[in-house]
Amino acid sequence: MAIDKFPIEAGHILLFARAIGDDNRVYEDADYARRTEPGSIIAPPTFVQASAQFDPEYRLRPKIGEPWFGSGKEPSGVQAGSGGGTGLHAEQHYEYHRHPRPGDVLTATVKPGNTWEKQGRRSGKLIFSETITEYRNQHGELLVTARGVGVRTERPVEQS
Amino acid sequence: MALSARQLKVGETHAEQVVDNLTRTQIVQYAGASGDYNPIHTDEVYTTQVAGYPSVFAHGMLTMGMTGKMLTNYVGDGRLTKFGVRFTKQVWPGDSLTAKATVEAIREEGGAHFVDLNLVTVNQKGEEVLSGYASARVDP
Repeated sequence: MAIDKFPIEAGHILLFARAIGDDNRVYEDADYARRTEPGSIIAPPTFVQASAQFDPEYRLRPKIGEPWFGSGKEPSGVQAGSGGGTGLHAEQHYEYHRHPRPGDVLTATVKPGNTWEKQGRRSGKLIFSETITEYRNQHGELLVTARGVGVRTERPVEQS
Repeated sequence: MALSARQLKVGETHAEQVVDNLTRTQIVQYAGASGDYNPIHTDEVYTTQVAGYPSVFAHGMLTMGMTGKMLTNYVGDGRLTKFGVRFTKQVWPGDSLTAKATVEAIREEGGAHFVDLNLVTVNQKGEEVLSGYASARVDP
């Protein structure tokens, strides 16, 4: 898994900031942002997650002409799998070398990290897997290092 | 608006309510902006009938993003050097979340000053939904 081209764009940053409910003008107003310490619009701290938009293989985006596992005529557009478990996000860590800004065109290289198992109290066996992603701009400058941990549950998490 | 190492004290806190009555529409907005269209976040039919959950629920990354809003309001724009979290409980439509940062340490490294923060975000019942840490560059 890798992303060749993740262009950082002001319009995308604005939509992302709205989605997290952040009305900080440094995410939407270039004139205002010029007078702040960063000197330009910058990306919010979790913005690189939106690189998924530019990942051609990303599984959680419907692809043209392919069945989608969400509902349509039926509750799911694909045959139910064996388990009933779900992939969930367990942890996310970022290290910022420089905050991305419009004009940066990032590449993301992804390396698998550790995998481990645990017996969960509310969801059966849990399988954790880690990925490390490095985001570099068009000049090869490392901007953000991300470490994500996903977990696959054996069954849906019981609600207390 | 940046923090100053001289004025910070270990144990000092900054808290903000980052969402009041989370709507399904905001979760849809986050799906669209982030590109994570997993139907467990936006498709009630799939989520209740196939995935086996009582309703759609928020992306962990939406909770992290909203926690990040509290953080950048506190430490200033472009000042974060580290931000990491664990998602400890699911966040549901209707939840109201409060994110809090507590100063753990103030340190100097290579002539620059940093603050280390402990993070926790709780829902309206006081249950922790996220725990984590952050570091930011501060003024002397």
